[in-house]
Amino acid sequence: MTTTEVERPAPTPRGPTEARRRRVAGLGLLAALLLVAAAASLAVGARALSPAEVWHGLFAAPESDQRLTEIRLIVQTVRVPRTVLAVVAGIALGVAGALIQGYTRNPIADTGLLGVNSGASFAVVSGIAAFGFTSPFQYVWFGFAGAAVAGVVVFGLSSIGRGAGNPLTLALAGQGVTVFLAAMTTAVALTDKASLNALRFWNAGSLTGVGFDVIGPVSAFIAAGLLLALTTLPSVNLLNLGDDVARGLGVNIALTRTVGIVAITLLAGAATAACGPIAFLGLMVAHVARYLTGPDYRWLVPYAGLLGAVVLLVCDIVGRLVVRPGELDAGVVVSLLGAPFFAVLVWRGKFKSA
Amino acid sequence: MRADGADAAVDVKADVRTSVAPGVRFGGLSFVWRPWVAGVTLLLAVAGFLVFCLSIGVGDFPIALPRVVATVFGGGEQVDRFVIMDLRMPRALAGLVVGVALGVSGALTQSIARNPLASPDVLGITSGAGAVAVFLVTVSGGAATAVADSVGLSAAALAGGLGTGLLVYFMAWRRGIDGFRLILIGISVNAVMQAITTWLLVTADIRDVARAQAWLVGSLDNRSWGEVHVALWCTLVLLVVVASVAFQFKPLHFGDDVAAGLGVRYGTVRAVLLLCAVLLAGVAVSAAGPVPFVALVAPQVAMRLARCPTQPLVASGLVGALLLTGSDLLARTALPVSLPVGVVTAAIGGPFLVYLLVRANRR
Repeated sequence: MTTTEVERPAPTPRGPTEARRRRVAGLGLLAALLLVAAAASLAVGARALSPAEVWHGLFAAPESDQRLTEIRLIVQTVRVPRTVLAVVAGIALGVAGALIQGYTRNPIADTGLLGVNSGASFAVVSGIAAFGFTSPFQYVWFGFAGAAVAGVVVFGLSSIGRGAGNPLTLALAGQGVTVFLAAMTTAVALTDKASLNALRFWNAGSLTGVGFDVIGPVSAFIAAGLLLALTTLPSVNLLNLGDDVARGLGVNIALTRTVGIVAITLLAGAATAACGPIAFLGLMVAHVARYLTGPDYRWLVPYAGLLGAVVLLVCDIVGRLVVRPGELDAGVVVSLLGAPFFAVLVWRGKFKSA
Repeated sequence: MRADGADAAVDVKADVRTSVAPGVRFGGLSFVWRPWVAGVTLLLAVAGFLVFCLSIGVGDFPIALPRVVATVFGGGEQVDRFVIMDLRMPRALAGLVVGVALGVSGALTQSIARNPLASPDVLGITSGAGAVAVFLVTVSGGAATAVADSVGLSAAALAGGLGTGLLVYFMAWRRGIDGFRLILIGISVNAVMQAITTWLLVTADIRDVARAQAWLVGSLDNRSWGEVHVALWCTLVLLVVVASVAFQFKPLHFGDDVAAGLGVRYGTVRAVLLLCAVLLAGVAVSAAGPVPFVALVAPQVAMRLARCPTQPLVASGLVGALLLTGSDLLARTALPVSLPVGVVTAAIGGPFLVYLLVRANRR
């Protein structure tokens, strides 16, 4: 994000430099919020920890003290992986949500639209039914493969012929594949009790029970997706002017779309495989980010990423607090908290049909 | 718009010549005669009836098609009458009614929101009904069981669907209804309902989960005349209401200003039609569970078959009936394990929609 790139859009009434300063400040504010939320995520839970205890748990050398060892165990094996996963998956889903709206020019596009969620669900349930998988480390790869295949199939189907790139074609193809895969998933789940049981937990969108053995590779895929996404941001802006205008301005439309879809699939697929289908997050934060930054995707996408991480973290924390001693899964909280908030924004007329 | 009067006149003439279709007039009623649309609609009706009869004939006691047709029209032998009218008719009729209801409901919502994704599924109506039903299935004891026993799952689901539909409508109301706002609100309400369902499923006993899951897919198993009568009459009444305002429906596609200019009270018409769409979807869900995809795919298929620029109401209903009845037939006969009809509608409808899109794109 260099200065020369940013100053190019038409000047706003306030002047480009002030708008930019405000946007940078906003990014800084979001980053600070993310840090606070992450710290809270380390401290809050079935056993609440003081900041000092968290610090000890994170950095203290192994000691003989029984209590400190216990704290270190909680922090390092439970809270840290969970927090890291929330941040990584939140960024991925937020960026993916913003990108998919940019590429489809469809303001109600969600990563579920590309069939990513349903592909992952189907692959996971098939893996459980066929191979008797029990741990996330085993089926996360199935989920990722399913997400990727579904995303590529939907994109491929909608890009055959002249209607390619029509937002409605993509949306409808996505719905077609999604509903088909959901039905297949149910068919498998109804004939196999074990996979039904596993599926309902995976479906809730949970951040627990996933260790660094899963988070590591997942993060690598997400990092690759983020890099790809960043390279296409200026072209997404031009794509939003319409295919003809974009082509006239020298955008290689087919290439940009392909790179974009690969990036979205990497991001959403990896996040979905690790924590289950977290619906609505990408859609929601993309709209909020657009409300904050305006339509420039070079700003919108980073905002959406940070917002995604903050929202997912906060939802996970809320889920730990509300139904104690039990927990509400993050995916459920995202929908329960996010939807009314989103509805209020809609009602106040904050969103335009792009 | 051109300022030059003579030029504009020429343009109008050119328009008339290219889009000519004969008008038909019966007293106060007038409509455009389009042979293709009429033919397709008739073919759909015939196909729907044939599949309906085929579906009745298939079973442990197979009955040939001519005998089924004879019995349905009031004739037939004593044995056939018993098997068909008492045992098989409720299920087949339920399929027909639910299919028509979902098809028309989908066509109405898609037209009003001017977005093919605006099916009752996306607007949260079916998931609202599902959430209520799952609640009754999974939360045992106390008030929930009492409700489930006294009013039945279907009625509760209908209430859930209706309540959700009204909630979406009133939340989307802001000096009128805007299609885009309706969809966004629908999506958010849908998300809440699904989250509640997911949560209920996670916390429930696994045996209840299997029951709830089976209901959530949509099924026509074990329909009785009692349930079918309710669904049938509700649907018929709603269809009459829809038909009575249908003539003011088409202008809505041109946007509010044009519709108002053509003398349509667009606010009232849209509210009535939307309420009908919600009720139709609710009736369908209460009779068969949230059968996926029929409401989304039927209007889209009907549009392409009838070569209409907008969702044709009659054809959409017929495609819905054909899709649902055919799927139920397949679910009972072609598959090694018996699956609920919802699995099959999705398995057929999904790829078919994709095929339509690919073909439309090729042109």
